[in-house]
Amino acid sequence: MSRQDALVSADWAEQNLDAQNTVFVEVDEDTTAYDGGHIPGAVKLDWKTELQDPVRRDFVDKAGFEKLLSSKGISNDDTVILYGGNNNWFAAYAYWYFKLYGHDAVKLLDGGRKKWELDGRKLDTEVPQRQQTQYTAKEQDTAIRAFRDEVVNAIGTKNLVDVRSPDEFSGKLLAPAHLPQEQAQRGGHIPSALNVPWSKAANEDGTFKSDDELRKLYEEQGLDSSRPTIAYCRIGERSSHTWFALHELLGEQDVKNYDGSWTEYGSLIGVPIETGSGS
Amino acid sequence: MCGAPEQTAELPAGTDLAKESVLVGKVTASGSPIGGAYVRLLDATGEFTAEVVSSASGDYRFFARPGTWTVRALSRSGNGQTEVTVGGPGLFTNEVAVA
Repeated sequence: MSRQDALVSADWAEQNLDAQNTVFVEVDEDTTAYDGGHIPGAVKLDWKTELQDPVRRDFVDKAGFEKLLSSKGISNDDTVILYGGNNNWFAAYAYWYFKLYGHDAVKLLDGGRKKWELDGRKLDTEVPQRQQTQYTAKEQDTAIRAFRDEVVNAIGTKNLVDVRSPDEFSGKLLAPAHLPQEQAQRGGHIPSALNVPWSKAANEDGTFKSDDELRKLYEEQGLDSSRPTIAYCRIGERSSHTWFALHELLGEQDVKNYDGSWTEYGSLIGVPIETGSGS
Repeated sequence: MCGAPEQTAELPAGTDLAKESVLVGKVTASGSPIGGAYVRLLDATGEFTAEVVSSASGDYRFFARPGTWTVRALSRSGNGQTEVTVGGPGLFTNEVAVA
């Protein structure tokens, strides 16, 4: 993968809003932003109600993903351009999720909703009507998804990259600083994890930093490129952002996202936890 | 929930100002509130900590530990920032003018 394959600019997007076999999709946890105005022609995807199983703590299964994309009018041969708020956190998560189910023609809009808005580009409230399709997904590609046992076994052997803020990493906070701190799980991080906040990979306007800047960042933080890497955060969306930077932009080979992340790990009985700022 | 909740002047239920430090304020341009601005909380070293979108009335809110913070706003009306010192638990109110 490379930047050209994985990322499109706002200029490119603006010129390709009506392109054939191209579907723009806004992804958010709270879709009221979409309702108030979205990129013309974009459909919406709700991270919480559509991508997560309503009962079990997991993704929708293959059949569920097929049903979802069919109902959104997305075909197997469509190129999907994802964007969203929160510096593309949930759009990056959806990107990873589309890849997980084998949809290769997927790209992220650099800067997401923020840059689009700050640039003063057109937003629309009209909801497009797309025809139902017969979407077929592949089995989950677990080469990019890490589960808890694998994460415990990775301590001290693989690169573990904790992409939360330093205060969450050290255990002072259990959630980002703009959210109420009501969670019940333990604070801290997985032993041997590096703390490279996701935000270091992004510019102020939400675009990704250049490949050179990204490479320098992870090198300086001690990421060993010769080892496999697992990224995690609190619920797996900020770590999708970092997974995207490492795997899709920099082309690192073996990078997984641990979507269970701290909400799972910090609630497990008996696993090691480290507090403080790390080594 | 991990995305930014709706920003209002009222604190969410369950906020305990005896224990938590809450930083609230408004984004303004020439004295008028600016909604839809991207408000970023930066720590004492200038490192990004959190970001919310200001409400229609320009309001934003962060939960921050004691320390020195910069609140920086990006908007179509321009950018601006202000420094805030959070001394301990309680409510800290400020304003960011953009131009």
